[in-house]
Amino acid sequence: MTALFDYLLGLGDDALVAAQRTAEWCARAPQLEEEVALANIALDQLGQARAFLTYAGELEGAGRDEDALAFLRDEHEFRNVQLVELPNGDFATTVAKTLLLSAYQNLLYTRLSRAAEPQLAGIAAKAAKESAFHVSYASVWTVRLGDGTPLSHRRMRDAVEEVWPYTHELFEPWAAPEAGLDPAALRGPWLEVVDRVLGEATLARPRDGWAATGGREGRHTEWFGPLLAEMQYVHRAHVGARW
Amino acid sequence: MSISAFDALIAGDQKIEYKDWMPDGYRESLIRQIAQHAHSEIMGMQPEAAWISRAPSLARKAVLIAKVQDEAGHGLYLYAVAETLGARREDLLDALHEGRQKYLSFINYPTLTWADVGALAWLTDGAAVVNQVSLCRTSYGPYARALVRICREESFHHRQGFDLLYTLSQGTPAQRRSLQEAVERWWQPALAMFGPPDSLSTHSASSMAWRIKRATNDELRQRFVDLCVPQAEALGVRLPDPALRWNPERGHHDFTPPDYDELMRVVAGHGPRNKQRLAHRRRAHEEGAWVREAAAAHAAKEAAKQAAAREIDAQEAIAQEVDAVEEEWPLWEVFVRPRRGVGHTHAGSLRAPDAALALHSARDLYTRREEGVSLWVVPSRSMTSSDPEHKDAYFAPAADKQYRHASFFPPPEGVEGL
Ligand SMILES: [Fe+2]
Ligand SMILES: [Fe+2]
Repeated sequence: MTALFDYLLGLGDDALVAAQRTAEWCARAPQLEEEVALANIALDQLGQARAFLTYAGELEGAGRDEDALAFLRDEHEFRNVQLVELPNGDFATTVAKTLLLSAYQNLLYTRLSRAAEPQLAGIAAKAAKESAFHVSYASVWTVRLGDGTPLSHRRMRDAVEEVWPYTHELFEPWAAPEAGLDPAALRGPWLEVVDRVLGEATLARPRDGWAATGGREGRHTEWFGPLLAEMQYVHRAHVGARW
Repeated sequence: MSISAFDALIAGDQKIEYKDWMPDGYRESLIRQIAQHAHSEIMGMQPEAAWISRAPSLARKAVLIAKVQDEAGHGLYLYAVAETLGARREDLLDALHEGRQKYLSFINYPTLTWADVGALAWLTDGAAVVNQVSLCRTSYGPYARALVRICREESFHHRQGFDLLYTLSQGTPAQRRSLQEAVERWWQPALAMFGPPDSLSTHSASSMAWRIKRATNDELRQRFVDLCVPQAEALGVRLPDPALRWNPERGHHDFTPPDYDELMRVVAGHGPRNKQRLAHRRRAHEEGAWVREAAAAHAAKEAAKQAAAREIDAQEAIAQEVDAVEEEWPLWEVFVRPRRGVGHTHAGSLRAPDAALALHSARDLYTRREEGVSLWVVPSRSMTSSDPEHKDAYFAPAADKQYRHASFFPPPEGVEGL
């Protein structure tokens, strides 16, 4: 299998699993306005996943479409980072996950939109605009929770602490030659964005310590199996059916 | 404005607008109906949201998220309309959570299979379209405008539901069986959506007289049945009613009316899922309280900072801001520029703790179908409007100054370029 196929799976799986988690908020958001906002983010993420997975399937040339890749692969065949698997927790945890992921995605997609590979560049260009809004949304909420009440400050601080160890995986060496970038080089600009938001939110950046790893090789958290089981079971219960 | 002016507007099929004088009964009927409508939109998210995680294809997952999101949007448009009548969203939500106000009974039935997601949309969104297309001509302007937007979106809901079912109808025996069973489950709840028969409906007569409602429950129910029969044939499903047949004399289908005792029981809280639906809604609201409070607290701090910068009495500014956000986020009016070259027009309102979030929400709520290229948000309390009472003093004098219009001066024949 080509490196580009594997890379597209990683991009697609990050977006797909993030969408699956974000959409869990539907009908349980803290405010009606947030229902609409979170659903929008989920839809953007899902749209990105579909574009990357469809392209991966075409490239592979084995007749697998986005659904075959989403519903018929097993846990160890998924290439997403563990960050996106983490349970939603409270609203602060979701905001932290969204901020840390979308700040990375926005930098990554912006770079990829200049990649020599035209189809990859095209998908990334659209995704970059979407992720810019996700960064804005998550920043606004990080600041409001961090600088809100003592309770919300505590929850936002705990959320960032909890998610932080899962961010290192985003910058591990992992990219197809077609991408033309070194993920490690994104960490500097990513920290700049994150530091600015955390600063405004009166929060300190957590210390680097234990770092989660393995998602890109198909090693996932205990939370991932149940997520996939729920996502895949209807599709798998009807082999060959159209939906 | 007086009762006679109000009656004249209603009789002339004109709209009653924000701040117009209106009889108390009219206001109360509207608030009751709009609140029930809004509650139904947000409660109706649950039976479908439950299937988002399990949708069997990514395309269907996206459509379902978009649909459930629309329902939240509908709730928002409608609560905003209720606010123009002097109701507050917070109070309406309390009334919902405490069971003092109702929502449509179909929401209290379970969605057991993926086919139920399609059947629910085809039948209950279909019923909603029939109901709301008629309501688009309602006499209260802000409600009518919200309904036009809602109807557009409901037709997407209805259509995607049918499309989902049609795919099942072309599928495996197991898929076709689940389709038939789901339609059997949702037929009665959908018929019941039109409410009690006209002979028993307590609010129908006055709502018709005020042109809040434009067709009776039974008329709409008949219209719905007539629309469904050929669609069911296309799906190859049997509608679960042995009495259903075409009546050439009436030019309509005869059918068995829904079981009103069951409707009343479910409305009163004794349906299969009432308890869980309401508990879920209450829990989401309670668990969100700290988030709403945090946003309000931050907005108050920012207001105090700005006040200090402008050297106005900071204490007073905080007090104002805290007053405004204590119970509920303040209301904002949203203006959208649909495309370059035209002005911003009023799209509706929303609640937000501050301007940044108001802009975010406005973008998600009022431009998610490519409806705009630019947005303005303005705190509602900063808007000053002309008083409907002074309508004549303000606007009537223009009527006798026709000489202001070029058309007042017809040019002699043959003279051009004027
Ligand atoms: Fe709706
Ligand atoms: Fe709908």
